[in-house]
Amino acid sequence: MSHTTVETDYQAKTSTGRIANFVDSRVGLSGIIKEFGRKIFPDHWTFMFGEVALYSLVILILSGTFLTLWFNPSMAPVAYDGSYVPMKGTEMSVAYASTLHISFDVRGGLLLRQIHHWAALMFMLALTIHMLRVFFTGAFRRPRELNWVVGCVLFILGIAAGFTGYSLPDDVLSGNGLRIVDGIMKALPLVGTYLSLFFFGGEFPGEQLIGRLYSMHIMIVPALILLCVAIHLFMVVVHKHTQYPGPGRTEGNVVGFPVGPVYAAKAGGFFFIVFGIIAFLASTFTINAIWNYGPYDPSPVQAGTQPDWYVGFGDGALRLMPGAWPWHWEFNVLGGTWVFSVLGPLIPAGLIIMAMFIWPWLERWVTKDNREHHILDRPRNAPYRTGVGVAGIIAYGTLMVAASSDLIATHFHLSLNDVAYWLRASLILGPLVGFFVTQRVCLALQRKDRELVLHGIESGQVVQLPHGEFIEVHKPLDEYRRYKLVNFESPAPLAAQPNKKGKISFAEKTRAGLSKIWFQDRVVSVTPAELEAAHQAHDENHGSVAASDTKEIH
Amino acid sequence: MGNHSDDARKTSSVVVTSHEEGKETFPNPGLPPHAPRLTDVDPHKAKSAERQVSLLFVISILGAILFWVAYFGIKIGGEYYDVMNPEPTNALRLQNLLLGLGIAFSMFGIGIGVVHWARTLMPDHEMVEYRHAVSAEADRAEAQEIVETIIAESGIKRRPLLRNTLIGSVILAPLTFVTFLRDLGPADPSVLKHTMWDKGVRLVRDPSGTPIKASDVTLGSAYHVLPENLSSLSHDQGYLNEKAKAVVLLMRLDPSDLKVSAGREDWNVDGIIAYSKVCTHVGCPIALYEQRTHHLLCPCHQSTFDAADECKVVFGPAGHALPQLPIAVDSEGYLVAQSDFHEPVGPAYWERGKHVKEMAGETK
Repeated sequence: MSHTTVETDYQAKTSTGRIANFVDSRVGLSGIIKEFGRKIFPDHWTFMFGEVALYSLVILILSGTFLTLWFNPSMAPVAYDGSYVPMKGTEMSVAYASTLHISFDVRGGLLLRQIHHWAALMFMLALTIHMLRVFFTGAFRRPRELNWVVGCVLFILGIAAGFTGYSLPDDVLSGNGLRIVDGIMKALPLVGTYLSLFFFGGEFPGEQLIGRLYSMHIMIVPALILLCVAIHLFMVVVHKHTQYPGPGRTEGNVVGFPVGPVYAAKAGGFFFIVFGIIAFLASTFTINAIWNYGPYDPSPVQAGTQPDWYVGFGDGALRLMPGAWPWHWEFNVLGGTWVFSVLGPLIPAGLIIMAMFIWPWLERWVTKDNREHHILDRPRNAPYRTGVGVAGIIAYGTLMVAASSDLIATHFHLSLNDVAYWLRASLILGPLVGFFVTQRVCLALQRKDRELVLHGIESGQVVQLPHGEFIEVHKPLDEYRRYKLVNFESPAPLAAQPNKKGKISFAEKTRAGLSKIWFQDRVVSVTPAELEAAHQAHDENHGSVAASDTKEIH
Repeated sequence: MGNHSDDARKTSSVVVTSHEEGKETFPNPGLPPHAPRLTDVDPHKAKSAERQVSLLFVISILGAILFWVAYFGIKIGGEYYDVMNPEPTNALRLQNLLLGLGIAFSMFGIGIGVVHWARTLMPDHEMVEYRHAVSAEADRAEAQEIVETIIAESGIKRRPLLRNTLIGSVILAPLTFVTFLRDLGPADPSVLKHTMWDKGVRLVRDPSGTPIKASDVTLGSAYHVLPENLSSLSHDQGYLNEKAKAVVLLMRLDPSDLKVSAGREDWNVDGIIAYSKVCTHVGCPIALYEQRTHHLLCPCHQSTFDAADECKVVFGPAGHALPQLPIAVDSEGYLVAQSDFHEPVGPAYWERGKHVKEMAGETK
C-alpha cells in the first residue's frame, strides 16, 4: 500500500480493516455494512416459514441447474436403449428418455431429481404457511399491503413453476395433467380453442409443448420469481420486520437480535438444516417414479391420479362441479358454447385467489383502520380475521381433499358419489361453520386471557383459611407477561355513516353489516382499574366468603 | 370459572375502537431483565457447548466423506429392475440412499452446529432499533417537484403532437413482438371436428392392433379400440394427435338392456356398442368400465356415463354424453366403423355447438 498514487485518509490497522479499506475505497460497501451489519431482526418461530421458502428456492435453483445438464426437452420419438430393462426398445419422447437417463444412468441423478421435486413441494408448503402466518397476525396491514400482493403473485408463480416442471418428463401422469389443461383452455369463451391450439402448437399433444414448457420453467417463471423475491425482500428492509406484542415492544421500535453475528448464524445455519431435511427426504422417499408410469400415450391412464398438492385445489374444484345436474351445464347461446361444467369450478378457485389479493383493502374498508401497524395481532385478538382465515382454509382444504376423492372412497370403502356430495356440502357450509366456530373459540381464548390477568395462575398451592375454607392460591402474573395479554385493541362495530349528500349508500350498509358480524361480540382487554378491583375482591373474599366468588376459586 | 366473563358486555363503554384512543391502559414495562444462560455463567458449560458444536461440524465432514464413498465406492451399472438379476437395482437403491444421507448429514452438521453455536455462545441480549417513516413528507414534496420539473422540461404537456405520436408508436412497437405469437399454432378450430374413423375402417385392439371379430365379443366384455389406419401414421404425421382423438371403448351389452334413440337404431351390432374414450369433461381417457352397472368412469374427475343409455352423464362434472361411433360388420365378420363420429369428441369448446350443427348437416 505504500507506493500507491491514491492516498487514503483512513489507514487500517487490522487485516479485516485493510480488506474493508480495499473494497470500500473502490466500490463503497461500508454504507451497506453500516445498514445491515447490526440491523435488528425480531425472533419468533413463526417468522421461519418465509425463510424456509427462500432456502427451498435456492435449493431448487441449485438442483435444477444440475438437471438441465442432462435433460433434453425434445418430443422427438426415440427407442429407449438405457439400462432400465422394462422399457427397453419402447418408443418414447427424447424428454422421457433423458429423464430415465438421469434416473438410472447418471450417478446421483435420481437423487438430484428427488431433491428438486421435494424442494418444490417444500417451497410451496413453506410459502403457503408463511402466507397464513402473515394473514392471521395481520402483518399485511399498512404499510405492507403491496408486499402482501407481491407474496400472492409469488404463490401463483410457484404453482406455475411447479406445474411446468412436473410436466416436463412427458410421462403418462404429466401428459394427462396437460390434457386436463387443454380441456380447461378449450372451455374459455371465445378465445379458448385458439388458446389451446396456440399453446400446444396445434392439436393436443403436438410436438412442441415440452420445449415451450421448458423455456417457461427454466427461464421465464424463475426470472419472475427471483424478481418478486427481490422486491419482497427489499420491502422487508424498507418496512423493517413486524414483531409480536410484548414488553418493551412498541409501534415505533424493533426488538430482536442483530444480523451479525446471531441472526445471520441462526438464519444461515437454518439454510443447511432445510437442505439437510430435503436431502433426507429425497434419499428415503421416492417421488414421481416416472419409470412406473411409462411414456406419454393418449390411451392409458391410471386410477388414483393426482397432481402435486399445490395444484390439488384446482383439480378438486373440477371434480366437485356437477356437469349434468340439475341440467346440462353447457349452453349454446350468444354465438358459442358456454362450458360452465368447466368454467363453474374456476369460480370458487378464482374467488379464493381474488379474496387473497384484495383482503388488505377489504379489511381496511370494513374497519376503516388506516393506521400503520408494526405490532402483530395475536390471532385470538382479531376473532373476525382468524374466522375468515379458517373459513378460507376450509374452502381451500375441501377443494384440495376433493382432488383425492377417489382415493378417499377406495381407502375408506365409501361410495364415490357420497364423498362428492359431502365435499360439495363442505365447500358451501364448511366456511360458514368454520367462521362462526373460530370466532367463538377466539372470544373464549380472549376471556381466558382476561381470567389470567385478573386472577393469576393457579399455583397448585391449597391453603386453609382461618374459618376453615380451603382455597387454591392464585399467583398474579408478572408485569411482563401481563403486558403481552393486555396490549390489544378491541374495536366496536362501526355503524353505517351517511356520505356527504347525507345518504347512506348500499356499499356503506354492506360495510356496516360486515362490521356488525365481525365486531358485535367482543372481549376488551383488562384495564388497570379492573385489575385493581379484582385484587380487592380477592382480598375481601379471603377474609369473608362471598358466595358469588367461591365458584371461581375451585 | 368466571362471572367475570360477562364483563365485556357490561363495560363496553370502555371499549377502544380504532378511532377512539384514550382508554386507560397498562404502561409498557420495557424489556424484561436478561436471564443469563448456563453458558454465560459457567465456563465449563461454555467449553462443552463449544465441543458439541465442533462435534457437529465433524459429523458434517463425515457426511461429505460418506457421499464420496457412496459415489465412487458403490459400483453401479447393469440392467435395472431385471427380475433375473436384482443386484444392480439394489446397488442403485443403496447408492441413492447413501448419497442422500451423506448430503443430509453434511448439511445437518453445519446447520445444527451453527445454530447451536448462535444459541449457546453468541450474545443473546435483545436489542432495540427504532423505526423511521418510510418516506418523509418533505422528501415526498421534493420528489413530486422534481418529477413535475422533468415533465415540464421535456415539454410533453406543451407539445400535444409529440405526445400523441409518441403514445401511438409506444403502443404499436411492442405489438410487433406480440405478433410473433400468431404462429405458435394453427388457428383453425375445425380440425377438432374429425377423427381418423371413416366408413369401413376396422376396429382393432389397443395396443396389439389385431382386428376384432363380432363373434369374439362376448356379453359383458369391453375392449380398448383404435382405428386400423392409425398404425399407418408415423410419429411425424401426428400419430399421437390422431390417437388422442380416436381412442374408443367397445362393449357388448344385452340388446334388451340398451336404450336406443331414433336415428341410432343401426349403430350397434347386436348389443356391441362403441363410444369415444375421451372424456367430455376435460379429456382424460375413460378407462374404467363397470360391467354390472354398465357405467363408465373417468379416473381423473369421476365423470360417470351410462353405457346402456347412450353414455349419458349420470354423475360427475362432464357436461354432455360420450359421442357414439356407429359400427357394422364387414364381409369377413370383423367390426368396422360406418362413419366418423357424428359430433366432435372430447371436451366442449366455444365452437362445439356450431360444429355439432354443421356435422349433422354433413351426414344428411
